[in-house]
Amino acid sequence: MDLLKLFQPKTMAVIGVSLTNESHPANVIFNKNNLRQQVRVVAVNNRGGELRGEKVYESISHVPGQVDLVVIATKAHLVPDVLSECVQAGAGAGIIISGGFAETGRKDLQDRVRAIATEGGFPFVGPNCLGIYSPPYLDTFFIPSERIVRPEQGKVALVSQSGGVLVDHMVKCAAEGVGVSAAVSIGNKAMVRETDLIRYFSEDPGTSVITFYVEGFDENEGRQFVTAAGECPKPIIIMKTGKTLEGTKAVKSHTASMAGDYAVFSSVMSQYGIVEATDEFELISFAEALSCYPGSIEGRVAVVTGSGGHGALCVDACAAHGLTVPGLDETAQGELRGQVSPVIQDIASFRNPIDLTGSSVDDDFAAVLRYLSRRQDIDCIIALLLPYLPGISTDLGARIGMIYQQEKKPIIAYVPHVEKYWMLIEGFMLNDVPVAHSVEDAVHMAEALKRHRSW
Amino acid sequence: MVTREMQDILADAREHGWVMEPQAKRFFGLAGIDVPRGGLARTPEEASQIARVTGYPVVAKVVSPAVIHKSDIGGVVTGLANREGLEEAFSRLSETDGFEGLLVEEQLEGIEVIIGAKIDRQFGPVILMGLGGTMAEIYGDVALRMAPITERDVSSMVGGLKGKVLFTGYRGSRPPDMAALTTLVTTFSIIIEEIGDRIDSVDLNPVLCSWKRCTVADARIMLKRS
Repeated sequence: MDLLKLFQPKTMAVIGVSLTNESHPANVIFNKNNLRQQVRVVAVNNRGGELRGEKVYESISHVPGQVDLVVIATKAHLVPDVLSECVQAGAGAGIIISGGFAETGRKDLQDRVRAIATEGGFPFVGPNCLGIYSPPYLDTFFIPSERIVRPEQGKVALVSQSGGVLVDHMVKCAAEGVGVSAAVSIGNKAMVRETDLIRYFSEDPGTSVITFYVEGFDENEGRQFVTAAGECPKPIIIMKTGKTLEGTKAVKSHTASMAGDYAVFSSVMSQYGIVEATDEFELISFAEALSCYPGSIEGRVAVVTGSGGHGALCVDACAAHGLTVPGLDETAQGELRGQVSPVIQDIASFRNPIDLTGSSVDDDFAAVLRYLSRRQDIDCIIALLLPYLPGISTDLGARIGMIYQQEKKPIIAYVPHVEKYWMLIEGFMLNDVPVAHSVEDAVHMAEALKRHRSW
Repeated sequence: MVTREMQDILADAREHGWVMEPQAKRFFGLAGIDVPRGGLARTPEEASQIARVTGYPVVAKVVSPAVIHKSDIGGVVTGLANREGLEEAFSRLSETDGFEGLLVEEQLEGIEVIIGAKIDRQFGPVILMGLGGTMAEIYGDVALRMAPITERDVSSMVGGLKGKVLFTGYRGSRPPDMAALTTLVTTFSIIIEEIGDRIDSVDLNPVLCSWKRCTVADARIMLKRS
């Protein structure tokens, strides 16, 4: 299934625009793409006419030139005929926004639509979805531009069975500075499904992490999903709802009773190195961490801090999340001591957690992080940056970012206040050092690197 | 791996919807999995003949299509040291609803492990392993993996159990034969994939694992509802 035309179309037709109702979803889609996206967009309504000075075509077959993508937002009962016309006109792919299919008991209508598309070799997303946000090419979310918070373009692809949850994830990505390569609302997933999107995004050079919000899989679909995930070289993160829905049938074997739907789901995800997020905050943190560092770690963490209390909090959180904080031997401690400012040599502790104290300066953090990055017994460093210390400057983010770029050992930073220390944070993030806003969150990020398995 | 006789065992059990213990053990024995020595006795005399061959002490278990969980009705008697004890057990258990006979087997030692399989709607054949016995569901200390599973999966399953120390030996006890356990689980996984279209779930519970062998002390196969 070639999905490129869904994500990077040159020409897109929006079918079902209203000539009278400017807030009709099709009109919102037409307008926002016409004004702000790279795709050339044309409007279609069987009555023809004009929309904001642009010609409205009576049918897809009247549109001159090749149409790569059609967005169908007509009433559900019209969709089969509209789709047939699109296939006949040689359009490349489709997005069916319209609702009124399997979700309202009209599985028959959905099956008809799928049959037409399958026969015509015509991939489509939906029905009953928001479609695709793929900057800078297109954005079919029928949410007016001023009402949505758009994340920057980046490396994380978001796939969701729920359009509403997807928009929420985009808002949170924007808030955390996590860039998005594409967001797909797959709705009833009558044709294009999660497994197809794993295959597409694993080939997409703009994507380095794929996240999924899943409500449920169809029969045997979970097996296909993890099999495709096992072949995908990029990290995959999944969040599941409907965990408590269990079959009510009488259970006669111990195995069937202990291997409930969610228990199986969760175990199989981790078997295949797919990182399961329990909520949206974890999902975004995991995506941030894995988009910075796509490898995996065993979980031997060094904690570097300017405050002993933060160090202790972090060590406790590491233990609770299955990570170890191995103590450094006397030799290593001596070497570290020799690299920091004389003023902290006798008051800092170097065993791990490494507490550089409130008298530390940028150079001390840089020296310690460089040293730890080269140690074999440490595979991840959590740097608890407390920018209120007088010796710490906003330049430290970019300096530490550079150490990561040179040494390639994952570093996770914790910075307590986003707005006040934005330049520090940007210095980290522009250099692929993820930034957490709580100690616990920093540990979550390290845990994601451990749970993700490279194949 | 699934022979004609194994196919027949599944086919013959369709009427009851599940394969009872003697046939289920025969099924797994045919696939090369270790099962206890012993046999099905229809009379007290047959019971003591079997016990003479296996040697006392023996275990006696009721066989009835009406009884899925034998322990729930006191249908398992362990540590029978002599003929009198065995005949007494026979006469009591022969009162059981649907009684077809008494399974008389050698008494085994080792830690109790559950190895199971379920055909999951979303993921297909899934293998379970964990701490077994009658308390299995109470502790729920089990690991799950999608079949097929590798030897590496087996060690990660054991490593993920709260009771993993039981598998490495504790307080001076001799640890179970992990090579035998690994072979058992991976062989089981292959069989399950082959019969996945006919079954709903399988319990091997308990599997008794000692330092010298891992033996399926009880087995049942729940067939797919047609």
